[in-house]
Amino acid sequence: MTTALIAEDEPLLAAALQAELAQLWPELRIAASVGDGHAALAQTLALKPALCFFDIRMPGLSGLEAAQALAEDWPADTPFPLIVFVTAYDQYALQAFEAQAVDYVVKPVQRERLAACVTRVQARLAERAPPGEALQRSVDQLRSLLGSTAVPALPRLKVLQAQVGALVRLVPVEQVLYFEAADKYVRVVTAEREHLIRLSLKELLPQLDPQQFWQVHRGTIVRADAIASALREESGKVILSLRGHADKLTASRLYAHLFRGM
Amino acid sequence: MALSSPVLHARPRVAALLRYLGVGIVVCGSVAVFFTFAFGNDFGSVLVVSLCIGLTSQLLIDGGRRLLARWLLRSRPDDPALRNGWPGWRWTAPIVLVGSWVGIQIGYSLGAWILGIDLQRPGMDRPRSVFIVMAISVAVAVAVIFWSWSRARLAASEAQAQAAQRAAAENQLKLLESQLEPHMLFNTLANLRVLIALDAPRAQAMLDHLIAFLRATLSASRTGMHPLAQEFERLSDYLALMAVRMGPRLQTAFDLPEELRNLPVPPLLLQPLVENSIKHGLEPKVEGGRIELRAQRDGNSLLLSVHDTGIGLTPDAFAPGGSHFGLEQVRQRLTALYGNRAHLALEPAAEGGTRAIITLPWPTLT
Repeated sequence: MTTALIAEDEPLLAAALQAELAQLWPELRIAASVGDGHAALAQTLALKPALCFFDIRMPGLSGLEAAQALAEDWPADTPFPLIVFVTAYDQYALQAFEAQAVDYVVKPVQRERLAACVTRVQARLAERAPPGEALQRSVDQLRSLLGSTAVPALPRLKVLQAQVGALVRLVPVEQVLYFEAADKYVRVVTAEREHLIRLSLKELLPQLDPQQFWQVHRGTIVRADAIASALREESGKVILSLRGHADKLTASRLYAHLFRGM
Repeated sequence: MALSSPVLHARPRVAALLRYLGVGIVVCGSVAVFFTFAFGNDFGSVLVVSLCIGLTSQLLIDGGRRLLARWLLRSRPDDPALRNGWPGWRWTAPIVLVGSWVGIQIGYSLGAWILGIDLQRPGMDRPRSVFIVMAISVAVAVAVIFWSWSRARLAASEAQAQAAQRAAAENQLKLLESQLEPHMLFNTLANLRVLIALDAPRAQAMLDHLIAFLRATLSASRTGMHPLAQEFERLSDYLALMAVRMGPRLQTAFDLPEELRNLPVPPLLLQPLVENSIKHGLEPKVEGGRIELRAQRDGNSLLLSVHDTGIGLTPDAFAPGGSHFGLEQVRQRLTALYGNRAHLALEPAAEGGTRAIITLPWPTLT
C-alpha cells in the first residue's frame, strides 16, 4: 500500500487535504500529518512514505528546506519519496517549480487540480525507477530550485565578531576554515580555535564571497582553499579533508557536484 | 526610461523649434516696425536686415548656450537644467553679448547682400548707432531667452508635479497590496473553502470577519481618522481570520481602556505591525504564541503597542528596504500626519518576542 505524509501548519487545510485524498485515492494511507518543517523531516525519515505533501511556508523549516534536508540525509538504498509542494501564493517559487517540472498544487486546493496531481504521482510511482535514479533526479531538481531561489548577495563581511561574555573576539573572515550551523548559532572554526557567533548560516551565506566560501551541506560552509582532498563515498556523499586541521567534513549529495576533478 | 527615447521626442522637438523660430520672426518684425516709425527708414529693407541680424543672433546665442550646456554636462552629468540645454545666466550673459555683436556683423553683411545695396556696418566710428543696435539686439535676445527659459521651467515643474502624483499613487497601491497580502488572502480563502463544507456557521462568521476587514482596508486610504475602538475591532477581525488559520497556535489579548475608545486614530495604522508580529514572530515559531494589543495614556501621549511572544527580532528586521515595507509605511504615515510629534519604536520584549510601540500626541476630540 502506498503511504503518504502531509506537512501543513494550518490544521483545517491539513484535514481537508487528507479528506480530499481519501476520496480521490482510497488506497493511499496517510502515515502522518505534521504541522512544522522539523517534524516533517523527522517523520519522513522515520516512516519512509512514498509520497510527501509539503507546505512551502511552515514554522521551523520551510517546505523547500525540509526537502533539501531530506535529500541530504536520505539513505541510498530506499526509494526517495515523491514530493508535492503546496503553496498559497508564491510567484517565484511557482515559476521555479514550472521550470523544474516539480509537482505542486496551489491553495485553495481545487478538486480537479488535486486529481490531476494524483494521477501524475500514481504514474510516476508505477515507473518504479531504481532508488538511486529517483534520488538523483530529486537531487538535481532541488539543486536547481535552490539555485533559483538564492538570496541576492549582501556587502561582504571582512571581520567576524564573536562575543563571549564581555569579550568580543575579532576573527578575519579569510582565517576561517569552515562554518558549521549549531542550533541558533554558527560555529566558526579557524586553524587555532573555535568561536560561536549569533547568526544563522542562512544569514551568513549572502555575506560571504561565493568564490572563496563554498556551501557543501545545509549546515556547512567551507573555505575552498582550506580543502585538501575530497573522497567520494558509495552513498553519494563526499568526505572532505582540510589543510592544517584534523576535522573531516561531509559534503552532501546536493553539493557533491562541486568535487569532480578537472 | 522609454519616454526619453529620441523617436518619441522628435515631434515635440520640431514643434518647439518652429515655435521658437516663429517667435524670432515676430520679434524681428516688431523691431522693423519700431525702426520704421522711429527713424523713418524703409520698412522692407529694415525688415530684411532685422531678420538677418535677429535670426543669426538667435542661432549663435542658442547654439552657443546649448553647446556650452553639453560641455558642462560632462562634469555635472546629473544637473537637470544642463540636460535641458540651460547653462545658467552667468554663462548665458557673455554668450548673449558676443552672439549679438557677431550677429550684427554677419546680419548686416547678409542683409546688404540680399538687398543688393551698400550698407554701412555700424563700427567703432559710429558709437551711437552701435549702441542702439546692440541695445536692441541684446534686449530682444534676453527677452526671447527669458521667455523660453520660463516656459522650460514651467514644463519642468509640471513634470515634477506629475512624477510626485505618480509616486503617491504607486505608494497607495503598495499600501493596499501590503494590507491585502495575497498569501494571507489565498490561505484565508482556502480555509473558508474547507469550513463551508465542515462547519457552515463558522464559515459564515469567518466570511463576516473577512468582509469587515476588506471593507476597512479599501476605505482606510480615504478616511482621515476613526475611533480607536473601531481600530481595535478591525484588528480583531484580522486576528480572528488568522486564528482560524493557525488554530491553537495563536492566542490574542486586547486591552483598550474605556476612556480611550473614542480617541481618533488613523485607520489601520496598527495593522502592518500586527501582520509583522504574525508573519515574522509567530508563524515561524513551531509552538506559536500570543499577541497583545494595548492602548494606554502616558501623560500627553497615547501609546499603542503590539506585543508578541514570537521568535523575536532577527538582525535583518532593521535592514533598510526588503520585506519591511510595513514598518517603513507606518513611519511614513506618522510623519505625514504628525510630523516629529509621533514615532514608532521596535524593541525585543523581555521574555522573548517583539514589542512595537507607537507614540502619538494626545488627540484632541473633535
